[in-house]
Amino acid sequence: MDESTVELIKSSLGPLTEGMIKGTLPLTAISFVLGLALALVVALMRLSPFWPVSAIARAFVSVIRGTPLLVQLFIIFYGLPSLGATIDPYPSACIAFTLNVGGYAAEIIRAAILSVPRGQWEAASTVGMDYPTTMRRIVLPQASRVAVPPLSNTLISLVKDTSLASTILVSETMRKAAELAAPTFEFFTLYMVAAVYYWVVCLVLSFAQTRLETRLDRYVAS
Amino acid sequence: MTDLLEVAGLHKSFGANHVLRGIDLTVPAGSVTVLVGPSGSGKTTVLRSLNALEIADQGTVRIGDVSVDFGTKPDRRALRTLRAQSGMVFQSHNLFPHLSVLRNVMEGPLVVQKRPAAEVRAEALTLLERVGLADKAEQYPYQLSGGQQQRVGIARALAIKPRLMLFDEPTSALDPELVGEVLAVMKDLAAEGWTMVVVTHEMRFARRVADQVLFMDGGVVVEHGTPAQVLDQPEQERTQRFLHRLNDPI
Ligand SMILES: Nc1ncnc2c1ncn2[C@@H]1O[C@H](COP(=O)(O)OP(=O)(O)O)[C@@H](O)[C@H]1O
Ligand SMILES: [Mg+2]
Repeated sequence: MDESTVELIKSSLGPLTEGMIKGTLPLTAISFVLGLALALVVALMRLSPFWPVSAIARAFVSVIRGTPLLVQLFIIFYGLPSLGATIDPYPSACIAFTLNVGGYAAEIIRAAILSVPRGQWEAASTVGMDYPTTMRRIVLPQASRVAVPPLSNTLISLVKDTSLASTILVSETMRKAAELAAPTFEFFTLYMVAAVYYWVVCLVLSFAQTRLETRLDRYVAS
Repeated sequence: MTDLLEVAGLHKSFGANHVLRGIDLTVPAGSVTVLVGPSGSGKTTVLRSLNALEIADQGTVRIGDVSVDFGTKPDRRALRTLRAQSGMVFQSHNLFPHLSVLRNVMEGPLVVQKRPAAEVRAEALTLLERVGLADKAEQYPYQLSGGQQQRVGIARALAIKPRLMLFDEPTSALDPELVGEVLAVMKDLAAEGWTMVVVTHEMRFARRVADQVLFMDGGVVVEHGTPAQVLDQPEQERTQRFLHRLNDPI
């Protein structure tokens, strides 16, 4: 590696870190938290015995899963203004990723809820619990054990997917790398550095996932 | 003696399968009724209907002063009130695996009945002592043997202070050497004056503890009476055949 490349890498670390801390990480965190909340609502709707409610949820999941994330992002950023709703890049990205997580995680949560044995519902009802209480106290805690591994995958995918926000000018890690690379034409070097940044974040998340799974497994025989 | 439980004309179908075909039974307060009958005869469905886990199509169930007529499509509140009258012990314990033994017992009174935590806790510990598991309070269900799990299930059912205890084959999923400890707890409850309806094939338990034995087959009560009448001198041929198979399986 020649000296100018080393210099370039060094000078890129600051801006890329900023892109990570101010762009990628908050974008991921906000979208994931809001997305999970949305997903829980969609999952419960999907399980509703009232068919219009479950049909709406099913349609939402189908659209989110059946269209590219990039297209969803463009529709919100470029498409909505033509309907009179202009949204800044950052909130646009938050909305798109929230909806996306909402669609994917809804199916994970639904499957996790269905994996809780019927006997648990029955036992809860024999001690007097109604549906919301059973869900909150008995079913969701058990479902979370099943849902954590796939939801962790969703989160890790999300970290990487947020790089798509660079296409709508959100100054996150990928955008910073592109901006630094443009004047020097050192695309390879800077994208490699960006890749390392994403990789490190995902490594940390995988580690956290393992810890969380161990914690959630404490009440089952190993 | 007044009847605590009174069931009249109970019908239940699952699709085209007419499972309960008019069940009538009465259980005097403080007595033990044992329900026997071949697999598929509807015993579980009867118990589940008493607890409103299954909604019967027709018939009435009265427990104490709470009465539900299933013919008139009872609302949710009526079913909840009926359910609160009885404690259910399942064949597979159905303990909450993510909660400690103590929390399992506390959950109903604390979360549903919203009673003060200190009081609920003290009562739960007393109940665990009664089923001989005070020292397991902080363990999780998976750390217990099958017999212990079933005893926690009994404590959990007692915790909601029901008037009637329902047991659906509480020992049939257990290893033989663990059956005794569960039956002993049930025998104690009977001696304390609990009103109980027990589905079981433990004939020695039926003989020693039951005041009344009901033989069910094909969704009806074929024969009922004292254990001596039904188990030793059954009048109906179906009862005789069933008991013969039970006593002499090979
Ligand atoms: N939830 C259900 N759905 C459909 N059929 C059922 C259901 N529960 C029980 N049955 C049927 O009802 C009949 C009686 O079952 P059950 O009450 O469990 O009998 P038992 O406890 O005497 O073995 C069986 O034929 C069984 O297949
Ligand atoms: Mg049964």
